[in-house]
Amino acid sequence: MRKRLIWLPFVLFLAFVGLFASGLFQPDDRIIHSRLVGQPLPAFTLPAGASDRAALASAQLASGKPRLLNIFASWCVPCAAEAPQLMALKQAGVEIDAIAIRDARPDVDAFLKRYGNPYARIGLDARSGVQIALGSSGVPETFVIDGKGRIAYQHIGDIRADDVPMILDLLRHAR
Amino acid sequence: MRMVFALLLALFATPLAAQTALPPAPWADRQIPNAAQERKAKALMETIRCLTCQSQSIADSNASMAGDMRSQIRERIMAGEQPEAIRAWLVSRYGDWVSYEPTAAPILWPLWAAPLFLLALGLLLMRGQIKRRKGR
Repeated sequence: MRKRLIWLPFVLFLAFVGLFASGLFQPDDRIIHSRLVGQPLPAFTLPAGASDRAALASAQLASGKPRLLNIFASWCVPCAAEAPQLMALKQAGVEIDAIAIRDARPDVDAFLKRYGNPYARIGLDARSGVQIALGSSGVPETFVIDGKGRIAYQHIGDIRADDVPMILDLLRHAR
Repeated sequence: MRMVFALLLALFATPLAAQTALPPAPWADRQIPNAAQERKAKALMETIRCLTCQSQSIADSNASMAGDMRSQIRERIMAGEQPEAIRAWLVSRYGDWVSYEPTAAPILWPLWAAPLFLLALGLLLMRGQIKRRKGR
């Protein structure tokens, strides 16, 4: 027993080496998903975020038809990168509403003029209040909202070209 | 010399387009006039984790979202909401992850039990030693 016990520190040492090595090679998942997926959207009413689009309220999102709610900002670089994908989704017949985070109307207008405007309605969330209520942790993010106004899916980060079929599929299933 | 200058310049560089141009929310960096309320808000902010800079509390972070969260917390405390209610509201959005305050959830039972276990182990080892010394 004693003889074997003397190896214990060495075994522990090896176990720690293994633990740290696995931590080194495993990619770190720091994405924090919203706990509201599967639940109804929290109630909110926002002023208009762009001069040629209507304002946005949560009640308008329970329209009987699945739709996308895009969280973006004119100051956010990946948001500009996902603009073509949102345009493609719009052309596929998807209705997209948006919330502009910590933004000002002239800035949003300039952003949409430059990158295109795929949005039906845009709400302005100047102090991130609705973003926090949604459990969203950054820009851009895209929520799939089902016909009853429930959050069916949360996409964190920009929508890449190869995410588009997956999102169309989710929309088809989110009745 | 040129290298030193370049390094000095880098000190003053700001991350490009990582933050917004809007000024911080009204209560992000301003204390509540009522000291007792400010104490409550501060204590809560120190145990809420920043979402964009994940190793800091929102009290320590300069991220714009952390500022918005601080402002929201102060406004809600001023409106009479209890800190633990605000924490629960945030946890219902972001999960336990957002709070630095350990809970009594089953997954943390080993953590709470660890001191007792180590104390018991120590006592056991001590008893062995004392016995051996007496026997000698």
